[in-house]
Amino acid sequence: MIVLNNVHKSYVTGNNSLHVLKGIDLEIGAGEFVSIMGSSGSGKSTLLNILGILDDYDQGDYVLNGRTIRNLNETNAAVLRNELIGFVFQSFNLISFKNARENVALPLYYQKVSRRKRNLIAMEYLDRMGLKEWADHLPSELSGGQKQRVAIARALISNPKVILADEPTGALDTTTSFEVMEILKEVNDQGITVIIVTHEHDIAAMTKKIIRLKDGVIEEVIKNGELKMYREKVMAE
Amino acid sequence: MFDIDIWQEIFSTIRKNKLRTFLTGFSVAWGIFMLMVLLGSGNGLQNGVREEFADNAENVMWMWTGRTSIPYQGLKEGREIRFNNDDTDFLKEEAEGIEMVSARFFLSGDVTFSYGNEYGSFSTVSCYPALQDMEKIKVSSGRFINQIDMNEFRKSVVIGDDIRKALFKEEDPLGKYINIGSVPFMVVGVSYDPRARDNRQAYMPFTTAQRIYGGGNRVHNYAVTTTMVKTVEEADAISDKIREQMARRHSFDPTDRRAMGSFNMLSEYIRTMKIFQAIKMFVWIIGIGTLIAGIVGVSNIMLILVKERTREIGVRKALGASPSSVIGLVLLESILITTVAGYFGLVMGVGLMEGLNFGLEKMLEGGGGDQIFFRNPTVDFVTAISATVILIISGALAGYVPARKAARVKPIEALRDE
Repeated sequence: MIVLNNVHKSYVTGNNSLHVLKGIDLEIGAGEFVSIMGSSGSGKSTLLNILGILDDYDQGDYVLNGRTIRNLNETNAAVLRNELIGFVFQSFNLISFKNARENVALPLYYQKVSRRKRNLIAMEYLDRMGLKEWADHLPSELSGGQKQRVAIARALISNPKVILADEPTGALDTTTSFEVMEILKEVNDQGITVIIVTHEHDIAAMTKKIIRLKDGVIEEVIKNGELKMYREKVMAE
Repeated sequence: MFDIDIWQEIFSTIRKNKLRTFLTGFSVAWGIFMLMVLLGSGNGLQNGVREEFADNAENVMWMWTGRTSIPYQGLKEGREIRFNNDDTDFLKEEAEGIEMVSARFFLSGDVTFSYGNEYGSFSTVSCYPALQDMEKIKVSSGRFINQIDMNEFRKSVVIGDDIRKALFKEEDPLGKYINIGSVPFMVVGVSYDPRARDNRQAYMPFTTAQRIYGGGNRVHNYAVTTTMVKTVEEADAISDKIREQMARRHSFDPTDRRAMGSFNMLSEYIRTMKIFQAIKMFVWIIGIGTLIAGIVGVSNIMLILVKERTREIGVRKALGASPSSVIGLVLLESILITTVAGYFGLVMGVGLMEGLNFGLEKMLEGGGGDQIFFRNPTVDFVTAISATVILIISGALAGYVPARKAARVKPIEALRDE
């Protein structure tokens, strides 16, 4: 599903060049549930931006769903994002003057789906998140967990291949964090690749593969079996 | 374009910033309002002055004679110059730059007109049929002097409306005989001047007047129409040419304005209209300047709006909004504000000028409007349409810079959690 080959990325500000990603090689198959961990400055957000086609990379290859992502113009990038990727953000990023249903329906609007039809589909997804009764509420009238569920519904509505979640539980308390992770797990069970960026060990521990970044390179990849040991290690701490 | 979602979004942002939107809209409305008032006033002034010219064809030239004031080719100054019938033939057939000719023979002073027991003292103009077109004489009943009157020295007269009222009251004057001096003339028509300047005048055939009042072949003055031209220089050249030709015939210095006086309406007309063109341009410049101030305001507001909505725009882009859809959103809002506000200003401005016009017409109907150099101060349809088009273009212009900025929003920067 996702193949990264020696990907480099630098940010140039004035005369300073900051080399953020220093050759990332990564392969994530379809249906994986992966978390990316790392301290701040390790390059995890940059990596997520590149995975989400929100940013370019300088060197290497990125193949998403069999297609090399390189030198896309903004319009094409927008189309690919819309079709392949669902985003979930830490601060939800719901549009404040649109109600839950309209927020969920937004990606379909950019696919030119008719208003009636996309509202119908949006209701279906809200129902799946258990938020049918909240469809007409504005984001300001929802709790944090509800907002994130609306955001997940919005990420899912365009039937993406990959869900990219940037600190999806960062703004939530422990109980709601676990609820959200449970939902992401269900999403993953339906065969959608889920990649989350987090710095919380207990959240990362709920995924099936952990990629640890440090100073722009992959420090270690912890897979299924090892994950159990990792979990125990975390518990012990 | 007529996508309910776009409008819903635009209205929700407008609703969130009512005061700001109002103030911005107001500056645009004010700009258009001022433009309309200025243009309307300019038109009013121009119409008022044009009305002054409306008594005559624009290309009329008058010529009259006097005594020479400059010695010429051995002839002393103080010599009297007189036009005669040969000049008329020359002007009609040979002279360059002349289209129509009407000669006039003066009857000294006012003459007593009488019909039955009614009488009054009025002035008489002897003329050629062409004078009707030259001085735009309106005939309310009957006809004007014609060529047959001229050829047969008929005693036909066209009387002004005031003369009709004085002599005939309610009676139909056509075909009736009136005495002018002691000579009976048949009334063939009644002329009417809506500006009440020439209503105390009677018109009679030139040939008849010359014969009856003992003029020999004397002609007192001429009204001619000159070739229509566009510039003052050309018009002046024509009148100079005519003066030269007459000077050669009567042996006087062409620059001697005492020997032959002349007034070329066309030069004056073109000159005046030039001034109004300049005024009109000036008005447009001021108006558009005012408008630009309003547009810069809108542009400014949209920039702030884009800045405020950076995160939202970033989210939209992450969800698959293309740059063009983002541009469309900002542009449409900008166009909406300028168009609605501008249209409001347009209606107010046009309304004010129409109201003014209504009052003015009332005043003119009541009489005594003769002194007002101001007529129909309204803006025509084409100008209103062009103002609207300017508005929509300027709305697009105002939105363009902010929209481009919005389209360049990088989702990563917008979504960074700080």
